[in-house]
Amino acid sequence: MNTIVKENVTATSAYQPLSRRQIAERLARDIPEGWYVNLGIGAPLQVADYVSAEREVIFQSENGILGMGPAPAPDQINRWLINAGKQYVTLRTGGSYMHHADSFGLIRGGHLDLCVLGAFQVAENGDIANWATTGDNAPAVGGAMDLAAGTPRLWVLMDHTTKTGESRLVRRCSYPLTAIGVVKRIYTNLAVIDVTDEGFAVREMVPGLTLDALQGVTDAPLRMAA
Amino acid sequence: MINKIVQSMAEAMAGIRDGSVVLIGGFGSIGQPNALIDGLIEQGAKDLTVVANNSGVGHVGLAKLLETGRVRKIVCSFPRTADPVVFEKLWREGRIELEVVPQGTMAERMRAAGAGIPAFYTPTAAGTRLAEGKEEREIRGRKYILEDALPGDVALIEAWEADRWGNLTYKSSARNFNPVMATAAELTIVQSQHIVELGALDPEKVATPGIFVSRVLHVPYGEPTVT
Repeated sequence: MNTIVKENVTATSAYQPLSRRQIAERLARDIPEGWYVNLGIGAPLQVADYVSAEREVIFQSENGILGMGPAPAPDQINRWLINAGKQYVTLRTGGSYMHHADSFGLIRGGHLDLCVLGAFQVAENGDIANWATTGDNAPAVGGAMDLAAGTPRLWVLMDHTTKTGESRLVRRCSYPLTAIGVVKRIYTNLAVIDVTDEGFAVREMVPGLTLDALQGVTDAPLRMAA
Repeated sequence: MINKIVQSMAEAMAGIRDGSVVLIGGFGSIGQPNALIDGLIEQGAKDLTVVANNSGVGHVGLAKLLETGRVRKIVCSFPRTADPVVFEKLWREGRIELEVVPQGTMAERMRAAGAGIPAFYTPTAAGTRLAEGKEEREIRGRKYILEDALPGDVALIEAWEADRWGNLTYKSSARNFNPVMATAAELTIVQSQHIVELGALDPEKVATPGIFVSRVLHVPYGEPTVT
């Protein structure tokens, strides 16, 4: 794909950030057939829209579904079949149900190939903060800590900065942590970035973006991936 | 002859004491035994601790129970749903205690209770705010925290089919917490859409064997209307 830029281009040409859907589409390209995948509620769920049913990627839902399919037609709804976001879904051929302890046993036992979560912040050591802000709502964690701590490969899908322009890629998370040292890769509207033992390593950027410009909107230090 | 099928709600709810820990099945409203919750409200036990994944939708089921003011504390993973109006109000007014537990830890704490395991180590929540006050231990280079089993005095369960021995099947994702909660309580009370003859359930499809079930009430309520 021509979106891959693997060198430090110093040109100052304008660039176009990806939409949430485009980030989901970009991430979906990196999921090989045969993987078992849990998609977090919110933006990560859109990744499924870019994995065709012919490719056998098996989606798991924390409430006990392995082999979750897309939303049903309005006249085909099974009212006992919902996803983690409490929306009606379907079960694909070959899918199965399990109870909650088995479902989270599967997650916590490291059996999934991939989990994709949204986040408020990711730190350069792989810490993730995605469950609580400093707001005054009742705290609600759901399955985020189990997924983050239990899945061997955790990717984050999020905007690179907040609406007010603050970097979501940070040296240390300021929001309450979900798990420590677990994020492997981040897909943002500007770049694909690996979390390595030496910090953030940029794999690709949107066309026209330079490493200097990306560093300008990123709190933690960046380097190009080897 | 073993016959766990009861004929009335009063019989189903008999003996639930004030101060009980009540495990309530369901994920959102799916698999949540709303008829039994109504029965518990009618029965009148108070000062309850409720364990459930969410904290109720609108003013029905679990939300209705919270609204009666008989729940002292709720243990849940996600006290937010589309419409958690009752819980939010009680919580803001300081009238209900909240223990937030990661969803998998909550399920495993009940599995442990049902399997005779008093506590276990897990990496979930290690290094986070939810680990505060818990024993932390490093095992082979990774941090773990100690979580206690979570037994119930009572479990309220929704099933799809039941027989008089209390063997149960479930419907689609309405299975969720129900089977694990059934194992973790002293008194497990089931509402079932269908009651079938002993022997009618395919033994290969029984998800909860009758040993975990105390009472079964036939509640053919039809389809859930909210998620």
